Amino acid sequence: MNAPLRKAGVVVFVLFGLIFANLNWVQAYKADKYRTDDHNGRVRVAEYNTPRGVIEADGKALAENKATDDTYKYLREYPEGEMYAPVIGYKGVNLAATGIERSENEFLSGTSDKLFADRVSSMFTGDEARGGNVVLSLKTKAQETAWKQLTNNERGAKFGSAVAIDPRTGAIQAMVSMPSYDPSPLASHDTEDAAAEYNKLNADKDKPLLNRATSETYPPGSTFKVIVSAAALRAGYKQDTEIQAGDEYIAPGSGAPIHNAEAETCPGSKISLKEALTESCNTGYARLGVDLGGQKVQDEAKAWGFEQEDLTVGDLKDGGLPVAASHTGDLTVANDQGGLAQSSIGQKDVRMTTVEGALMAATVANGGVQKRPYLVQQLLTADRRPIYTASPETLRTPINGSIAGDLKDMMISVVENGTGKQAKISGYDVGGKTGTAQNAEGADPHGWFIGFAFNDKGEAVSAVCVMLENVSGGHASAEAARIAGLIMKAAAGGGGD
Amino acid sequence: MPRVPGTRTGRNAELGLLAFAMIIVALYGAIVEANQLGKITTTFWVPAALLSILFLGLHLVVRFTAAWADPVLIPAVALINGLGVGFLRRLDIAKSITKKLPEPGIFSGIGGRQLAWTLVALILAAVLLLIVRDHKAVSRYAYTLGLVGIVLVMIPAVLPASMSEINGAKLWIKIGGFSIQPGEFAKLALVSFFAFYLVRKREVLSLASRRFLGIDFPRGRDLGPVITVWLLSLLVLVFEKDLGTALLYFGLFVVTLYVATERASWLIIGLIMFFGGVYVAYLLGASVGGPFANFYDRASIWLDPFAPQYVSNEGYQLVQSLLGLGTGGLFGTGPGAGSPGFVPEVQTDFIFAGMGEEIGLFGLSALLVVYLLIVERGLRAAILVRDSFGKLVAGGMAFTLGLQVFVILGGITGLIPLTGQTTPFLSAGGSSLMANWLLIAMLLRISDAARKPATGGPAAQAGGPKQPPAQLHGAMTEVIKP
Repeated sequence: MNAPLRKAGVVVFVLFGLIFANLNWVQAYKADKYRTDDHNGRVRVAEYNTPRGVIEADGKALAENKATDDTYKYLREYPEGEMYAPVIGYKGVNLAATGIERSENEFLSGTSDKLFADRVSSMFTGDEARGGNVVLSLKTKAQETAWKQLTNNERGAKFGSAVAIDPRTGAIQAMVSMPSYDPSPLASHDTEDAAAEYNKLNADKDKPLLNRATSETYPPGSTFKVIVSAAALRAGYKQDTEIQAGDEYIAPGSGAPIHNAEAETCPGSKISLKEALTESCNTGYARLGVDLGGQKVQDEAKAWGFEQEDLTVGDLKDGGLPVAASHTGDLTVANDQGGLAQSSIGQKDVRMTTVEGALMAATVANGGVQKRPYLVQQLLTADRRPIYTASPETLRTPINGSIAGDLKDMMISVVENGTGKQAKISGYDVGGKTGTAQNAEGADPHGWFIGFAFNDKGEAVSAVCVMLENVSGGHASAEAARIAGLIMKAAAGGGGD
Repeated sequence: MPRVPGTRTGRNAELGLLAFAMIIVALYGAIVEANQLGKITTTFWVPAALLSILFLGLHLVVRFTAAWADPVLIPAVALINGLGVGFLRRLDIAKSITKKLPEPGIFSGIGGRQLAWTLVALILAAVLLLIVRDHKAVSRYAYTLGLVGIVLVMIPAVLPASMSEINGAKLWIKIGGFSIQPGEFAKLALVSFFAFYLVRKREVLSLASRRFLGIDFPRGRDLGPVITVWLLSLLVLVFEKDLGTALLYFGLFVVTLYVATERASWLIIGLIMFFGGVYVAYLLGASVGGPFANFYDRASIWLDPFAPQYVSNEGYQLVQSLLGLGTGGLFGTGPGAGSPGFVPEVQTDFIFAGMGEEIGLFGLSALLVVYLLIVERGLRAAILVRDSFGKLVAGGMAFTLGLQVFVILGGITGLIPLTGQTTPFLSAGGSSLMANWLLIAMLLRISDAARKPATGGPAAQAGGPKQPPAQLHGAMTEVIKP
């Protein structure tokens, strides 16, 4: 019986060998994955042992920590609540982080390679290793103005968003989304409370967790005429080139006539390009789009940043909040002149984000050079030594300086003489374009305004896009234009409200 | 070169190894305190000292009743048992820290209870050594033991779930606040019965009737016993919802059968039947459900514990176990410096994962080697002992111990579907500790018989002839092949 006993010994040896091999798999090969797995509670406890970095703008703390005496030693707090929530997001114990809290997580938690030297030195000094601080490009006055004006808008619109950009650098001066939420309860150390709060917000039909400035696209309406104008200028049109207008336009082969918003808008048969933009002449632009051809309009939009799927706003080196792609839809479908006509006035399948709207205005204001938008101005170590400062990057240059100059003149005319008068602010040269977009049968239209402001030294100090959903009471874009003016004034340092 | 047994009892070596093991246990306690309390208390050595006294007691009993027993078994088991007590005490300290209570007393908490259970288990082991002076005497009660074994296996299956189910496995008898795992004792009784039965039947069972692919297969009518045990183990699988226990009983039977008959065909038949049965149960669980559903769920969790539908529900235990082991990595966080509290059932089924976070791959590998040492020492006793019954009992018990370690460690590391087995000598719980110490006592008894010089020793000890007559009896001549 000894031979089988020896073989049984070999069998046990093999079984233990399997366990040993599997332990190597679990504890060596997969160790790093398991150590940092989202379901691993140890990661959380360790993460909360040191204070997370502060997120701030203009010297004001927007996300900070309070020491506690529970398992997680620091509680994340958001003193400004819902005003900054769409940008900053939240960092919960049990919830996946969002916003800047997510995109700058490594730096804030102190695990980033950028902070390696600090971690080494804290090992020697015995100081607590701390996360780095993130300084945002946001201007608190502009942000406050945008939030107050949006939430107290005179038309009772419930949903909307606004983005303001410094055209010269791409630094985002304001970004708000309405309705918003208070991130502090989501960071609660009571994970059940936090989960319940999240579930409540997530189930809310008003979608307060959604950043409408970056993640939602809407029909841009007449703001899209800026793109069609650029295509026309590129094709050799001048500001004073006469285009055909009128009360009604029926594209070849289409049964649906296009009308103007008001009877007094471009009733004559001819109108200059500049005047057409100033009055927001639908019939003129619909025909202009058809005359130029779908390919040209589509290419123009793409040149300005439509269709870009991978744009993020945050840190110029390291990602940030993803920006949804704006689309024109296919404008080259044969025998669909009716569709092209509709698209040329920003309807049909054309969809745009608020960020893209602001970028369009910024591009015109910056002489045709589109700067890549960013939110993170500086990264500071725990002892406030800067280790990253945003150096503005050019994202694309869709138009040359001369076309940009023409567009600037035309858009200033919109605010001076046309549909955008509400955006006028004293002490600045303001230009822009309004948009009133049909969206659903029987629903009130969306109101848009994209625009820019130049100070008395001729510097482009701010470009903005304000978008209000389903504005009642007619002239939907007027309220957007008014708010846009105030945001730009605050961003330019000319005082709020 | 054949080893000549009986030149040294090895008792002094045992004492030395035991002291070494207890020093490791004391150091473990000290490191735990340093990591958890930030200081080493003046009483860190007390649990290790108490354990040393207990093991010393068993050592003395062995010295007088089984002087020639294998000297490695007790120190090896004592090391694992001691580290188990140390780890459970570590959990108590962690609990008292979170609840802001003073440091727990030596005899309080699960660590203290485990210490008490160790005392009981060692007394039982000593009693067995004192009563059973010759392991062959056990064969007289073989049928009684067989009946007791089957009854113990079946009790949890027939009891209502409220009295027998913990964590989805019906392996318990719960009366009041007290619960025992009868399967732990059943395996001892069943090994003894199988050994007795097979010693008597091995000639018949090793008769080959057909040769196929170079392997002798038994006659159909001789398949009776193996089919009976196969059915029994599948019933366990379905009604006690536990693959591990089923694997344990069936594996134990097939291996004893193989050792008794030296017919590899039994192993092949056994493996095919078992895994075929398990696969059918899995398929039935997927399609029919009912009593098979639990097994199907466990198998599905095993296949992908991180699947969204399992990760925070049914698969939570396994996921946390893997994450704990992974966090420990190669070297571990150090005793007392990890967070085993994240792993559910860390004091029982998942104790290996809890320890693994703190002692790392290197520490666990060392533990694994100690287990392997115990099993191989048991098998060695089986090889050296002269009578067939002793060979089968020692071989069966040693193999069962190894198989149980494989089943639970395989389960918590995701190698095989998770089952509700205890980790021998490590898990908190009296049943497991008592049964496994009884198993060790039996191995000690048999190894004593194996190593004892047959002539009584004086001549051999006096450096007499190097080939005492006893050697002939130990040779392979006893094996009768038809």
